[in-house]
Amino acid sequence: MSVQALIDYTLHLGDNALVLGHRNSEWTGHGPILEQDIALSNIALDLIGQARNWYEYAARLINGGGGKEVTEDVLAYLRDSRDFRNCLLAEQTNGDWGKTVLRQFYFSAYQFYFYGALEHSRDKELAAIAEKSLKEVTYHLRWSSEWVIRLGDGTEESASRMQRAMDELWTYTGELFVPADYERKLSPAGIGVDLAAIRPLWEQRVREVLKAARLESGEGVWMQTGGKQGKHTEHLGYLLAEMQFLQRAYPGCEW
Amino acid sequence: MSAPANEAVFQDKIDQDIRIEPKDWMPEAYRKTLIRQISQHAHSEIVGMLPEANWITRAPSLKRKATLIAKVQDEAGHGLYLYAAAETLDISRDEMIGQLHSGKAKYSSIFNYPTLTWADMGAIGWLVDGAAIMNQVPLCRASYGPYARAMVRICKEESFHQRQGFEILLVLSRGSEAQRRMCQDAIDRWWWPSVMMFGPNDDASPNTAQSMRWKIKRFTNDELRQRFVDVSAEQIKLLGMTLPDPALVWNETRQHYDHGPIDWEEFRNVLNGNGPCNKERMAARVQAHADGAWVREAALEHSRKNAARQSVQLEGVA
Repeated sequence: MSVQALIDYTLHLGDNALVLGHRNSEWTGHGPILEQDIALSNIALDLIGQARNWYEYAARLINGGGGKEVTEDVLAYLRDSRDFRNCLLAEQTNGDWGKTVLRQFYFSAYQFYFYGALEHSRDKELAAIAEKSLKEVTYHLRWSSEWVIRLGDGTEESASRMQRAMDELWTYTGELFVPADYERKLSPAGIGVDLAAIRPLWEQRVREVLKAARLESGEGVWMQTGGKQGKHTEHLGYLLAEMQFLQRAYPGCEW
Repeated sequence: MSAPANEAVFQDKIDQDIRIEPKDWMPEAYRKTLIRQISQHAHSEIVGMLPEANWITRAPSLKRKATLIAKVQDEAGHGLYLYAAAETLDISRDEMIGQLHSGKAKYSSIFNYPTLTWADMGAIGWLVDGAAIMNQVPLCRASYGPYARAMVRICKEESFHQRQGFEILLVLSRGSEAQRRMCQDAIDRWWWPSVMMFGPNDDASPNTAQSMRWKIKRFTNDELRQRFVDVSAEQIKLLGMTLPDPALVWNETRQHYDHGPIDWEEFRNVLNGNGPCNKERMAARVQAHADGAWVREAALEHSRKNAARQSVQLEGVA
C-alpha cells in the first residue's frame, strides 16, 4: 500500500466533511424555525469536527514523509479546488430547505454505511475516526430522513419542491460509489471501504425513505463524476474563495 | 381574594425574595413589563446571531469556525429559553415574533452595527457579551422564577463566550501589524455602542424605579455601566490596546474610572431605525421567516396526515 494513497483517501474524507459542513453552516441564523436552525448548525459542527480529525491524521502522514510542517488549517485553507477531493454532492449550493435536507439525507445515508464499513479498517486510525463519527452520522441520517419524509408527504408545495430538489441532486449521487484511484488501491488491502458492497445498502435505504416520502426516485439519469479527482462544479471555487479569504489575504498569521 | 389583598401578597413575596411563579397572581403591569423585557431579550439573541453568523463562512481556522458556529448556536438556544420563559406569561412565540417583525417589539441596538472584520468577532465577545453579562448576572436573581432560571443557564454560556472573544483579540494583539490594526479598529468601533448598551442615564430612565421595586432590576443603568467601564479599562491593558475615550481616567476619590460624554444622539438614532444595519437585520429575519413558511406548513400537514392515518388504523383494530 502506498502512503500517498492513504493520504489522498484521508483528505477525500476530510474534504467531504468540511465542504458539506461549511455549506450547512451557511444556514446558521437563517433557518426556517429556531429548533431546526440549531439542529442543522449542530450537523455542521459535527461535520467540521470530523474534517478536523481526518485532516489531523492526513497532516501526520504528510509530515511523517519529512516534508514541511503541515497542519489541519494548511490542508483546509491553503489548497485550491483542484486539490480538493470531495464528492460533487457535498459542494452543491443550499437552495431551499428541501434541497439542503435532501442533500444531507443522500450524504448521511452514504456516510452511515461507509463509516459502518470503515470502522473495521485494518488501519487503526481510520477505524477509530470512523467509529466516533458513526455515532454522529446515525443521528444525521435519522434527522434528514425525517425531514425528507415530512416535506415529501407534507403539502403540495413541499412535495413539488422536493421533487425539484431530487431533479437537481440525483445526478450527483452516482459518484459516491465510483471509486477513485486511491480508493481502488486501499479497498483490497482491507484498509478502505469496498464501495460496491455498500451501494445496495444505500440504494435500499434511499428507496425506503423516498417511498415513505411518496417521492419518485430519479433513476436512469446521467451521473456526474469528477469531484474525487479534483474536477469540481463551478460552485467549489466560490466556496473556497470565501472560506480561505483571511488565510490568503494575511499569509502566515496566527488566528 | 380582593385585588388589594392579592397585591399585598404579591408585594410581600417580592419583599421577602420569594420567587413569583407563572400560576401566582401578579399585577398586570408586572406581567406586561416582563413580557416586554424578556421578549426583547429573546429577540436580541436571535437578531444577534446575524452579525456573528456573517463571519462563520470566513472564520480563519477550523477551530475558530467550530467555536463561532457553536457560539451562534448557543444564542439560538438562549432565544429558545427566553421565548419559553415569556410564554409562561400567556403570550405565544408566534405572537412575539410577529411583534419583532412588525417593529412593535425592540431588540438590542448593538446588533444594528456591522461586523466588518474578523476582529469584530473578538470585540463582540469581549465588549458586547461583557456588557450583556453585567446586565444579566443580576437578572439571575430577578423576582420572576422562569426568567431568573433561564438567566442562570444563559450567564454560564455568556461568560464562556466573553473569554473566547477576549482570546481572539489577545491573539490578534500579539500578531502582525495588520492584525494589531484590525484589533484596535474593532475596539474603537465597538466601545461606545457597548457603553450605550446599558441604556439611558438613570435620570432619563423612567421604568427603572418600578422595575427595581419589583426586583426585576437590581441595579440602575449607570451603576452597571460604571462597573463595565471599570473592568474594561483594566482588561484593555492586557491587550496593549486603547479604548477610544481620552477622558477615561482613574478617579481616586470615587474609586472608579471617569469616562467621557456618551453620544446619546447616536443612541437615539440607532434606536429609531437609523443605525447602519437596522434595515438589513430586520430584512434578514423577515426573509428567513417567510422562506421557512412552506417548511413549517408542510411539517404541520405531515403530522396531521400521520395522525389521521393512525386513527384510521386504530379504528381498523377496534
